Amino acid sequence: MESKGDLRAPVSQTPLVVEKPKDTSAIGGMVSIEINEKKVSVPLGTTILEACRQNGITIPTLCHHDDLCVAGVCRVCVVEVEGMRTLQASCAFPITNPLKIKTSSPMVRKARRNIIDLLLSEHYGECYSCFRNGKCELQSLAKEYGVDNYTFGHVTEPKYDVDKSSYSVVRDMSKCVLCKRCVRTCIDLQEVGVLEAIDRGDKTHIGTFLEKPLADVICINCGQCINRCPTGALRANDPSDEIWAAIDDPTKHVVIQTAPSPRAAIGEEFGLGAGHSMTRELNTALKRIGFDKVFDTNFTADLTIIEEGTELIIRLYKALVQKENVALPQFTSCSPGWVKFIEHYYPEYLDNMSSAKSPQQMFGALIKTFYAQKAGVEPKDIVSVAVMPCSAKKFECNRPEMYDSGYKDVDYGLTTRELARMIKEAGINLPEMPKSDFDSPFGEASGAGLIFGATGGVMEAAIRSVVEFVLGKKVEDIFEKANIIPLRGFDGIKYMEIPIGDKVGPVPDLIKHLVPNWDWLKGAVLKIAVAHGTANAKKIMDDIKAGGKFSECHFIEFMACPGGCLGGGGQPIPTTPEIRKKRAEAIYAEDESLELRKSHDNPNVVRIYEEFLTEGPCSHLSHELLHTHYTKRGRYIA
Amino acid sequence: MLVTEKNNMTEEIEELVRRYGRERSSLLPILQSIQRKHKHIPDFAQQEVARLLDIHPVEVFSVISFYSFLNTKPKGRFIVRLCQTISCDLQGKAAVSKAIERELGITFGETTKDNKFTLEYANCVGMCDQGPAMIINERVYFKLTPEKAVQILNELK
Repeated sequence: MESKGDLRAPVSQTPLVVEKPKDTSAIGGMVSIEINEKKVSVPLGTTILEACRQNGITIPTLCHHDDLCVAGVCRVCVVEVEGMRTLQASCAFPITNPLKIKTSSPMVRKARRNIIDLLLSEHYGECYSCFRNGKCELQSLAKEYGVDNYTFGHVTEPKYDVDKSSYSVVRDMSKCVLCKRCVRTCIDLQEVGVLEAIDRGDKTHIGTFLEKPLADVICINCGQCINRCPTGALRANDPSDEIWAAIDDPTKHVVIQTAPSPRAAIGEEFGLGAGHSMTRELNTALKRIGFDKVFDTNFTADLTIIEEGTELIIRLYKALVQKENVALPQFTSCSPGWVKFIEHYYPEYLDNMSSAKSPQQMFGALIKTFYAQKAGVEPKDIVSVAVMPCSAKKFECNRPEMYDSGYKDVDYGLTTRELARMIKEAGINLPEMPKSDFDSPFGEASGAGLIFGATGGVMEAAIRSVVEFVLGKKVEDIFEKANIIPLRGFDGIKYMEIPIGDKVGPVPDLIKHLVPNWDWLKGAVLKIAVAHGTANAKKIMDDIKAGGKFSECHFIEFMACPGGCLGGGGQPIPTTPEIRKKRAEAIYAEDESLELRKSHDNPNVVRIYEEFLTEGPCSHLSHELLHTHYTKRGRYIA
Repeated sequence: MLVTEKNNMTEEIEELVRRYGRERSSLLPILQSIQRKHKHIPDFAQQEVARLLDIHPVEVFSVISFYSFLNTKPKGRFIVRLCQTISCDLQGKAAVSKAIERELGITFGETTKDNKFTLEYANCVGMCDQGPAMIINERVYFKLTPEKAVQILNELK
């Protein structure tokens, strides 16, 4: 093993995937086994759990998660293997020889019941008031596997104080059952490394470095641990009570912006399968709850593309023509989890970050300036709420630099789950709502803004605009239906080269004052990359540090969460690769159904540059309202 | 921690990493060396070890919290660990523990005001046939009586 990367993340730290062998008859190909006296054959190395799932046999699991490596700590999945003295954890048992397995023998049932009972004896179960009530994996296991009394006792008093220090993630360790999903998520999946098991034996608990509160450690607030926690031990910091209070206050003008990913996923909270877009139904529901205006975050996503794209063009112009020393590649800054990640781990690269704010914060700044002016409302009376798929957005809107309108730009970040709860509390069944449109003056947005929700989406949206800006021809002529397929899908890191060629178009009016012509780009090759999940981001950053392939890129999209925003930490629980795939399909399908699919074609974006940001993108006013700066945080904790 | 202290610590850990390697399995010998020298593993040292081994500080902290012989806060110069397991208990541990507490003027889990002695219980130290037993720093004392224990402590004082 020569590279250090292998040592950091050995094979055991990724989910176990066994492919079907090409030649099933070869030695070491398939193994014949018997599950509950039914003969089946599975690829060598498949776990008993996976073999059972493939054959339609359900085995209960708790610590197992499709995104994470095998742990085998909860023992709920035990099965009987003939010839073995003890029961075996099916999730951690690779099949290498013919076996006879029983998944529901008296011994198995008794053991499972005892194991779940033991888990309950350590779990502070205040189910009625728990936010996971009805969606708790431990609760449903207890129900399904016949636990009818607390044989080993029950915790009636909380054992630990609830850690509410973070704006984003609340930790209630009294409800923790030590499945270590959060540990594996934080260390292996995201490579952030905030949570680990502390102490030993019956004192074991999940804790942070030096047992500090979550706000004081290197937590990037991505919330992936929340999505994977089987109980209510981890949850997002819920502002819905404050939002209800604002709605009920007649002096307040409450506006809400909805991001594309919650709209593609909120149906799951109302019993629909993954992949049902609820955009227009949600508009009606929000109005009925009592929000005064409903806006589309995609509008500022379009604005982000214009600002960030212009910034990239300025950087490239400075580097190539004026031979100035500018930081390239430019990194996207839409993901607040990624922003905090780079602030902690690679603060020396903060100059590479686009100074453009995320769409949420751009909207916040515009609502309390441009919209307040238009609607004739005092900015101080506006309460601005953002529905996001994200727990880090809660931290972002509380950043001290996000007061550019003179007020707190976005008052509350609300996750998909919390909004679903509010809608239910108002007695509304979302899928039955009639459809309605977004409110003016922001109204319509483009499909380019919509696909921000999926990994690669920001880049695709940017390329749609940049290609038309520079080449002067329709993006549809280059990419079929304007779908840039190489940037889609769930590969951890995607890379693409776009040759500019010899023919360039005229400079559009919007940025004419910044660059005289495109001649300097003739023959150039635009190199771009996309990474999702901070573990992949780390790989790219280390490559850039070592001067590798990615250091020659011009523009790189980073998203902190696996799958991009649609897999965000505020999205409905559970999350699996299949669910994320379906949400992505919903987003891309909605994009294709739209007429307007390019940010610069959005008439409302054009209008805001005519009426409000009259000096164009990246001008003085736009820098004041739409751009931000970052803090070098570093990785040390005092 | 002063900057110079930090620099010295970094140098020291770099040397240890050179000696033991950068594998995950090098973590324990490195932590033991730091513990031996400083009698505890300071916060900064934990983060430096993490940086040099390319793991996370919380993983280092997790390992330290797992092992009784590694600690994050300074303890006394002599760490007295009396075996509390059943064999030693049957052979008169209770009387020895009372004598030690009286002699040092502290109870188990505490450190004397002059930072000289820290008193702790240990689980089985493997001297079941020669109990009661205790470990002071890295040396084992066995077949203890209250008088003998007091005498050993007085020799160290």
